[in-house]
Amino acid sequence: MGKVMDRVMRGFFLLCGLVTIACVLVITIYLILSGLPAIAEIGPVKFLFGTTWASTAQDPKYGILPFILTSIYGTFGAILIGVPVGFFTAVYLSKLAPEGVKKVVGFVVSLLASIPSVVYGLVGMLFLVPLIRKVFHLADGASLLAAIIVLAIMILPSIINVSITALDAVPKKYEMGALALGATEYETYFRVSVPAAKSGIMAGVVLGVGRAIGEAMAVMMVAGNVANMPKLFGSVCFLTTAVAKEMSYASGLQKQALFSIALVLFVFIMLINLALRKVMAGGEKTNEK
Amino acid sequence: MKKKILAVLLTAVLAVGCLAGCGSAGVKGNVATDGSTSMEKVIGALGEAFSEKNPDVNFTYNPTGSGTGIAAVENGTCDIGLSSRNLKDEEKSKGLEETVLALDGIAVIVGKDNTVKDLTLEQISDIYTGKITNWSELGGKDGEIVVIGREAGSGTRDGFESITKTKDACVLRQELTSTGDVIATVKSNENAIGYASLASVDDTVTAVSVGGVAPSKETILDGSYAIQRPFVLVTVAGKKLSDSAQAFVDYCFSEEAKPIIDKAGVVPAK
Repeated sequence: MGKVMDRVMRGFFLLCGLVTIACVLVITIYLILSGLPAIAEIGPVKFLFGTTWASTAQDPKYGILPFILTSIYGTFGAILIGVPVGFFTAVYLSKLAPEGVKKVVGFVVSLLASIPSVVYGLVGMLFLVPLIRKVFHLADGASLLAAIIVLAIMILPSIINVSITALDAVPKKYEMGALALGATEYETYFRVSVPAAKSGIMAGVVLGVGRAIGEAMAVMMVAGNVANMPKLFGSVCFLTTAVAKEMSYASGLQKQALFSIALVLFVFIMLINLALRKVMAGGEKTNEK
Repeated sequence: MKKKILAVLLTAVLAVGCLAGCGSAGVKGNVATDGSTSMEKVIGALGEAFSEKNPDVNFTYNPTGSGTGIAAVENGTCDIGLSSRNLKDEEKSKGLEETVLALDGIAVIVGKDNTVKDLTLEQISDIYTGKITNWSELGGKDGEIVVIGREAGSGTRDGFESITKTKDACVLRQELTSTGDVIATVKSNENAIGYASLASVDDTVTAVSVGGVAPSKETILDGSYAIQRPFVLVTVAGKKLSDSAQAFVDYCFSEEAKPIIDKAGVVPAK
């Protein structure tokens, strides 16, 4: 009886695993099949490096370079702000903070992670956009900068949480050894603990990149969404928002081109995932030594 | 035992089927509509309500665009063509007939504090094409105009740009994806200008008058408010519609349909 149950359960778990694989396969195949025709029709160079997107014009143009550059700049900007803040927060919480503070801040960070992106967008739209307009004396505050700030806040939890886990996992004896040799507390944490947790912290950063590049809703509400080449104070459109804003009414080649944009985004995400695997694998090797 | 359960189940299914079938007194058949994407909301709502009353009717709507819809009814590939513009003379000479279902008024909105309350159609196109960039050029306070539009493919954008003749020429600062977003953004920025279906404009923003005529149901119905377009049903003159299609047309002009049309954000034609 027990053996039968064992087999049934094994089959069930296998099935669950297969469902996941099937989903990934179906999505990949579907995206490639529906994304490639438009790229072929428009021409890969014209599509990827064209600087004008006018999908419903009399003479439609489908150049997505503005979206690609905006996504790259936006993600890079978010990393530039989010990583230092997240990194130092993680070091403080893991090594220096008293137990009470660690608990409270840790709770707040996980709360930050569970706020829906539309709420980030709404707060950005009602608070951040007018603020940017006032501070920089602009006609309008919806801009790449607003999107970068919103994204930076959104990626904080993944950076902080993953980094804390990595820092907590550094063997106590490393730190004890450094302290015993006469290193100060700060020297110990930044010269011993952080290097030991390097791969974990990097993983957090890569996760943050993934979240930033895939975000659509919050960005759509603060970036202005006009397909301009990216400027810090200008209205911009990300790869994600380009798909999301036009999909509901799109038809014909326009719709196919939107699938092609999604395919480009998918390739970006795949590359980030590969990078993540590489970082994690590298980390495991150093730990074994 | 199993057989008994099956029998009971089958009887139940039959009974339910009979109830559903017996309940309908309406017509049977197909109603195929084809055309304007801008009319999606109003035709969708009417089609849904009509299908609910006549469950045996198969209602379809193919959002292709006014031109395609008109061609489709001419070729007989659909029962009713949908167009968000009046028929051209050459189309009428081909024996097509139009019936105005509703009027779509698009309000041009600015912030409450904006001192500019009246614009001409030409000024509006100049603002949207970037020829006028400062409110002071229009007699308002000094401030760069923040031009808000809708996303490509939006029916409101299509209507606005075709009436103001700014198609493919708009220089926008923000492209938003819903009427609510446009209104919220205009509300929060005193230098912004946007457009939205009149029915959804609330009192948090000012709907400017165009050439001296303030937008309202009355000025849209009598044709004096300029930024409006008709939603028309196109049929072939003299050709009898199928019973089901005729029933749908009758339903569209019944008193019952008026609140549905109203709710879809357009003004029912008289």
